[in-house]
Amino acid sequence: MAFLDRRNKDIRNLPGFGTTAGLAVLFLYAPIAFLALYSFNAGWSISQLEGFSLRWYKAVFANEGIQNAALNSLTVAIIASSIATVLATAAAMATVRLRFRGKEVAYGLINFPLMVPEIVTAIATLIFFAAIGFRLGLMTVIVAHIVFCIPFAYLPIRARLASMDAGLEQAARDLFARPFVAFRRITLPILMPGIVSGWLLAFIISLDDFIISAMVAGPGATTLPVHIYSMLRLGITPEVNAVSSLMILASTLLVLISAVLSRKTKT
Amino acid sequence: MTVKTLSRTAILALGTAILAPTAHAEGDLYIYSWGEYTPPDLVDKFEAEFDVDIHIDTYDSMETMVAKLRAGAGGYDIIVPGDGTMQILIAEDMVEKINVFAMPNFAHVDERWREVYWDPKREYSAPWAWGSTAFVVDTDVVQGEYDTLAVLFDPADAVKGKINMLRDLNDVINMALRYLDLPRCNDNPEDMKKVLALLQTQKEWVKSFDSETKEPLVSGEAAVSMSWNGYAMRARDEKPSLTYVYPKEGFTGWMDNLAVPKGAQNIENAKAFINFVMAPENAAMITNYARYSNGIKGSDAFVDPDLAAAPEMTPPADVPAPEFIPVCSPESIELYDRIWTKLMN
Amino acid sequence: MKAPPDTGLAALLLSPALLIIAVFMVVPIGITTLYSFLEPARFGGVIWEYSPEAYIRLLFERDIFDDTLSFSTDYLRIFLRSLMQAGVATLLCLIIGIPTAWFIATRPDRQKTLWLMLVTVPYWVNLLVRTIAMLLILRDEGPVNETLQLIGLTAGPLPLSYNNFAVGLGLVYSFLPFMILPLYAAIERFDFSLLEAAYDLHANRWKAFVGVVLPILRPGVVAGSLLVFIPGIGAFLAPDILGGGKTMMIGNLIGQQFQGSRNWPFGAALSTVLLSLTLIALFWSARRAAKSGAQVL
Repeated sequence: MAFLDRRNKDIRNLPGFGTTAGLAVLFLYAPIAFLALYSFNAGWSISQLEGFSLRWYKAVFANEGIQNAALNSLTVAIIASSIATVLATAAAMATVRLRFRGKEVAYGLINFPLMVPEIVTAIATLIFFAAIGFRLGLMTVIVAHIVFCIPFAYLPIRARLASMDAGLEQAARDLFARPFVAFRRITLPILMPGIVSGWLLAFIISLDDFIISAMVAGPGATTLPVHIYSMLRLGITPEVNAVSSLMILASTLLVLISAVLSRKTKT
Repeated sequence: MTVKTLSRTAILALGTAILAPTAHAEGDLYIYSWGEYTPPDLVDKFEAEFDVDIHIDTYDSMETMVAKLRAGAGGYDIIVPGDGTMQILIAEDMVEKINVFAMPNFAHVDERWREVYWDPKREYSAPWAWGSTAFVVDTDVVQGEYDTLAVLFDPADAVKGKINMLRDLNDVINMALRYLDLPRCNDNPEDMKKVLALLQTQKEWVKSFDSETKEPLVSGEAAVSMSWNGYAMRARDEKPSLTYVYPKEGFTGWMDNLAVPKGAQNIENAKAFINFVMAPENAAMITNYARYSNGIKGSDAFVDPDLAAAPEMTPPADVPAPEFIPVCSPESIELYDRIWTKLMN
Repeated sequence: MKAPPDTGLAALLLSPALLIIAVFMVVPIGITTLYSFLEPARFGGVIWEYSPEAYIRLLFERDIFDDTLSFSTDYLRIFLRSLMQAGVATLLCLIIGIPTAWFIATRPDRQKTLWLMLVTVPYWVNLLVRTIAMLLILRDEGPVNETLQLIGLTAGPLPLSYNNFAVGLGLVYSFLPFMILPLYAAIERFDFSLLEAAYDLHANRWKAFVGVVLPILRPGVVAGSLLVFIPGIGAFLAPDILGGGKTMMIGNLIGQQFQGSRNWPFGAALSTVLLSLTLIALFWSARRAAKSGAQVL
């Protein structure tokens, strides 16, 4: 066994792969570190340090508008990405595992939201909502987000299913009488990495969206990206850096909590 | 209106005094505006005086706001359109006629903002803030006379490669037209060909087309940059050698206005808010917060002294008057679009 | 002809996703496609009168004086530039993404989730803010250039900002996790004994990799490439901010039509053409893959 393990490791750790991963993470975090640094700027600039200060954090905590916007963004992203992931999982099961006619059309439809430029989706959705009398609010934002989140959740799940051997699930279906039990016991655990990846992508794409949210949000439904873009007219201040850093802090806390929780459930 | 508002205010004030301070406000007011443009102290003061809850949502562009109103989807009581957009909203019958000219505080509005092209009788809109679009030079780099657009279009060697232009086709093309002494909203293809030639030559020396003009100027990446006056003032705060220039060829002025979209639910509160904002001490809050001039006489007394005296806010007497440009004809808009697309190719 | 055996179950599983997309996406986009055949209204929106002008304008320039048409490559070039930039970004994302996803997939279970989070946490910050930060890092007076000059590696600032290089870098930055995560999903818990066996069989690591790993990787590559390439074509922030707004991509051009230029039919036409091309490419590649036996659908 020890011999095998060593050889396994040899193939798993291909030369340079770890370094590439490390550099990729460095690349992703360099701008984050930069903007976090300037969130503590005493001055108004986001690129010239004038001294240390917490004034921009105080500004965020006093700014009801920006807090509501951040809350709206998180609400929308959690709901939309979760619903989209459920719909996408079902769709992926069908398109990869089942035989039926019109599969190409289904595939094209699922990926349709990916192919339309955002501004066009935004205006089209706005006109459509207005035409059917769907009152603009947070609900309209959530519905629009579910739609464009679906392909982002679907594609990783589909990739997962396509790379897995269908034989295992077949065996499970033979083993368990009820298909749902087979799905829950065998297919779902196998699918998990795809589902996690899909949900994460749907979540960040929803959290980031600005054009569609700006067009379909009703009163009280301004999201954080919309709020940030709307500040451009008057000039971006380190307050934006501060609220961005707080978002990073929140996400990091979430990661840590989930890490602790998963450790507890495992031991 | 006055009597009604006054008596209502008195009753409400009495009511609030007797009831607990956490009592739910009687009315609501939904404002749809640019981000960080509505002073919090103004909001607090109005909420306290009128017992109205103000809710603010923000937009990124005039087009988003207009598209939403056009689709008939809204729910907002107050919008803050620029001058050109105001012209469109009135032409398309998308705003309420609220007879601003008859409001008590209209007497405070500066005469120059009473008969404006976008709302000649001020039936629909009240002034909120106004400013100008010109350019900033770094006097450490730019030598000699700089009150001319030649600084941008026929730059000295020290400036070449250190020019930033706004990423706005109308502002850039209008500035080029001024330099060439040609009319704005131009629909003459021969004129526009000259504009394209000028801009294509200039593009060799342009570092970037960026509407965030403060950062490139302060860091020294740009020695000359087109700029709005508000950005220019912030930039000068950080780097004193930066000067906002009112070029002798002229420059663009703009004004944001308060208006009430058709179908607003809380129209009386909206009217009360508009009247409230035209009071000098309240208008001054806008200037202190957003750092743009308001259009109200007597507000200077309540404006921070360094703001009131800033050259960016008050153009000197010897410069040309700001030019307010109405919405251009479809032909000229299409030409602008084509020129810009060619320039960016 | 009899329906294939799984049609009923497939309909059940697919209908929620397809229905919501059909109602809230396909129908609205149908409306804008209709718009592309109408006259622009002066202040935005459309006038309900048929006009093919938007499509003519794509390829031809109409002379203002005598209405004659002459061929124009203005918009073609913008399309091509967008395809090129998105293509290069997809390739770069693959080059970075495959090793990164492989590395994450081979970590112990508990670390895997942590790595996935690590890759996505930066995306809690809005793309606009991150792109601006990227520009401030890359520009002439930014920390990268100042460090390089300080340690004497370069005499003057390297041209890292306001050019196509910066746009490409910005696109990679915008979309990297959209490549890494699907690849990870495809690779994770890959049966390494397979590779082991192949390794023994071929006695060559590279051959083993190509023979066994590539088929496993393929679904991830397809998914990741779709998620990077298609949104990449329509990206507008990277060219605006990192490119210094000096060259347009299709996303900028379409945005301009719905904003300052107020020509909705032309914007809708551009979008319709882009959508049609993407759909055709998707179907074509799916058909071709089906014929060659590889499973893409």
